[in-house]
Amino acid sequence: MPTFEYAPAPESRAVVDIASSHGLFIGGEFVEATGGTAFKTVNPATEEVLSEVSEASADDVDAAVRAARTAYTRVWSRMSGADRGKYLYRIARIVQERARELAVLETLDNGKPIKESRDVDIPLVAAHFFYHAGWADKLSYASLGENPRPVGVVGQVIPWNFPLLMLAWKVAPALATGNTVVLKPAETTPLTALLFAEICRQADLPPGVVNIVTGAGATGQAIVDHPGIDKLAFTGSTGVGKMIARSIAGTRKRATLELGGKGANIVFDDAAIDQAVEGIVTGIFFNQGHVCCAGSRLLVQENVADEVLRRLKRRLGTLRVGDPMDKNTDVGAINSKAQLERIQALTEAGEAEGAERWDSGCELPAHGYWFRPTVFSGVAQTHRIAQEEIFGPVVSVLTFRTPGEAVAKANNTPYGLSAGVWTEKGSRILWMADQLRAGVVWANTFNKFDPTSPFGGYKESGYGREGGRHGLEAYVTTGGGQ
Amino acid sequence: MSTATDVDATARARDLLGVSRLTNQALTGWLHGLPGVDQVGCEARAAGLSTRSIKTSSKAWAIDLAISMIDLTTLEGADTPGKVRGLATRALVPDPSDRTTPSPAAVCVYGDMVPVARDTLGDADVKVAAVATAFPSGRASRAVKLADVRDAVENGADEIDMVIDRGAFLAGDYLAVFREVAETKEACGRARLKVIMETGELSTYDNVRRASWLSMLGGGDFIKTSTGKISPAATLPVTLTMLEAVRDWRDLTGEQVGVKPAGGIRTSKDAIRYLVTVHEVAGEDWLDNHWFRFGASSLLNDLVLQRQKMTTGAYSGADYVADDAPSGY
Repeated sequence: MPTFEYAPAPESRAVVDIASSHGLFIGGEFVEATGGTAFKTVNPATEEVLSEVSEASADDVDAAVRAARTAYTRVWSRMSGADRGKYLYRIARIVQERARELAVLETLDNGKPIKESRDVDIPLVAAHFFYHAGWADKLSYASLGENPRPVGVVGQVIPWNFPLLMLAWKVAPALATGNTVVLKPAETTPLTALLFAEICRQADLPPGVVNIVTGAGATGQAIVDHPGIDKLAFTGSTGVGKMIARSIAGTRKRATLELGGKGANIVFDDAAIDQAVEGIVTGIFFNQGHVCCAGSRLLVQENVADEVLRRLKRRLGTLRVGDPMDKNTDVGAINSKAQLERIQALTEAGEAEGAERWDSGCELPAHGYWFRPTVFSGVAQTHRIAQEEIFGPVVSVLTFRTPGEAVAKANNTPYGLSAGVWTEKGSRILWMADQLRAGVVWANTFNKFDPTSPFGGYKESGYGREGGRHGLEAYVTTGGGQ
Repeated sequence: MSTATDVDATARARDLLGVSRLTNQALTGWLHGLPGVDQVGCEARAAGLSTRSIKTSSKAWAIDLAISMIDLTTLEGADTPGKVRGLATRALVPDPSDRTTPSPAAVCVYGDMVPVARDTLGDADVKVAAVATAFPSGRASRAVKLADVRDAVENGADEIDMVIDRGAFLAGDYLAVFREVAETKEACGRARLKVIMETGELSTYDNVRRASWLSMLGGGDFIKTSTGKISPAATLPVTLTMLEAVRDWRDLTGEQVGVKPAGGIRTSKDAIRYLVTVHEVAGEDWLDNHWFRFGASSLLNDLVLQRQKMTTGAYSGADYVADDAPSGY
C-alpha cells in the first residue's frame, strides 16, 4: 500500500534577525531599563533562548506614561482624524510588506504553526489597522454620541496567545480615536511587539504615541496603578482581570477587560456533520487551544454523539502536530512550560473525575513543550474540565437531548465569551443566539474573526467590546464641552 | 423485465434502505436524510487542504502517482483514428526522454474509437475507457444508451464512463436514475462503470452528495464529476464531497468505490492538491489508480515537465514534451 509522506517543508527563518537583547520603546527610542533586570524569551518548540528582554520597572513605566502624555497633549490629540488615519494606513501597509518577517518571528516566539501566523494572525493585524484607519476621520458619524473625543493615555496589557494580533486589537482603535498608548506584551511573547515598535519608527509615527514596555506581572501592575493612565485595556485571565478591577476601584480610570472563556460548541442532530467536525477541530485545536473564545466544551445532541465522536477521532488522526515552522503543521507547541503544566494538571483531574480520555497517540518532538490533541468524553457538567478554562488542545464532550437543555448547559458557566451552533435550521440558529449568554455566537462556523465585528464577553469573561463600531466606544468620551 | 444484476442492485437497495419495495418515495427519503453539506465549511476545508506544501521526495512520488492516475482523454467530434492512435501511443510512452515515466491508467475515447485504441495499446497495462449512454447530454432513450454501452464493451472497452440523466435527478425522479445506473452496470458485464454526475449542472453540494450515494447504490464502480463539456467541471470542494461519500459508503457497506474528477485540472500543483485531499479525506486506500483517476489530457504535459524538472533542475517548456494529441479537455 502506498503512503503519502509529506517531506519537511520548513519556512526559512533567515528573514528575521533577532537581536540578542532588547530595550524598552519609550518616546520613540529604544532605551535601557533603569532597573537593569532582564528576562529571557524562548522558542517553546525547541526551548532555545531567542533573546534577552528588559524588565521595565515602575520608573520605566512612569517614563513611558510621561512620553505618552506629552505626545497626547502636544501632537496626537490635536491632529486631525484624517492625518491620524494616514499614519494608521501607513502602519497597515508596512505590516503587509513585512508580513513574512512578522509571521516567522511570531511563530518562533509563540510556538503557533507558521500556517496560522501567516494566514490568520498577520493578515488580521493588517486588517485591523486598515479598518480603524478608516474610522479615524469619521468618528462623528459612528453613532458614538455627541462630540466624541479621546480619553487620553491608555494602558494596555495583552496576552501571549495572539501576541501581535492582540496588540493590533488594542493599539489600532486607541490611535484611531486620538489616544496614546503604553502597552505591555506578555513576558513569554514580547518579540513581535518590539518589532512593531520598529514599524512605528519606520512609519514616522510621532514619538511617544506608542510606547512598549516589556516585563511580567509587576510591570503590568505598575501600568495599572499609574495615576497618569486614563483608561486600561486588558486581555488575559479572569484572575488578573479581577485584580485590575480591584486596583482601579475608586479611581477615575476606565477599563475594558477581555477575560477567560469556556465556550460551548453545540452540534444538533441535523448539522452538516462533516463541516461540524471541521468546526469542532477549528474551535479547540486552532492555536493549540490557546484561544479565550475556544469551543472547549463540545455539546452534542445525544442521538448523534457516537457518530460525531467517531468522525472527530478519525479527523484528529490526520492533524499534523510538530515543528511550528513546517508549513504543513496543524498544531504547534504549547507556549510555555507553566501552561503545559496547567494543561497536564487539569487533564489529570479530568481522568481522576472519571471522564474518558482519548488522544491520537501521535509522536511528539523530543524538546519543547507539547501536548497531543485530546478528547474527553463522558464529561459531566460538574467535572473541572467542564468548568475551568484549560487553554490547551483539550475538548470536553457533553451531550444534551433538547434545544432547551443545550442552552441551559451552555449557559451554566461563570464565563460567557463565545458559543457555536451547528444546525441546518435557520430559525433554531436565531433562537439559540438569542438564548445564549455569550458575546459571540457563531453559526455553522467557529473562531472566525473580523475587525468589523465586535468581540467581548458576558459575566466573568469581562466587559467592553473590541472591534467594530462598538469597539471605538471604549476609547472616546462624549457629550458637552470643548 | 428484470435481469440478474438489476435484481441484485434493487435487492441491495431495498436492504440498505430497509424497505420492502424500492419506490421513488423511499429513495427520496433516504437521499434527503443524508447529512447536509455546508457550502462555506466545505469550501473552507478544500482551501485549507490546498495550502499543504508538498516538496522534494513527496512531490516526486506524487507526480508519478498522478501520472499513473490519468485517464488520457480525447472526446471531440473531430477525433480520427490517427489522433486516437497518437493518444494511445503517448500513453505507452508518456516521456520518450525518460522511459521510467509511468503510464497513465487509461485512454478515454468515444465508443467507436475503442478498437483503434485497443489495437494500439495491445497487451499493455493501459485500460481503454469509453464514454457511453449518449455522452455528454445523456438525452436518448434507455434502449439507445444501453446499446451504446454494449457496443463499446464488445469493441474491447475495459471501462465505461456513463452520464446520469441530470434532468431526471433535478426533477426528483431518483428511481429513474437508479435504474439507469443499475441497467448500465449490468450492460457493462466485466467492464468497470464510472458514473458521471455532471456536478456542474447539479449546482449544490447537497445534490453532489445525493447523486454520489445514488450512483453508488445503483452499482457504479467509480463516481465521476464531469463530462468536461460543462463549466464548471471538476472542483476541489466537489471532489472533497465525493471523497466523503465513498469513505462513508465503505463504512456502511464494506465496498470501496473510486472517484474521478474530470475537466479543468491542468497543472501538477492542482493534481497534488487533489491527492492531498484524497489522502486526508478518504485515506491512503484510495491513493491507487484502481480507486482514483484524473480525467485530463493537458495535465500529463505539466506533470511530465515537472518530473523532468525534478531530475534536471530546469523547467523547459511545452516544446520539450512530445505530444501529438493535444486536447482542450
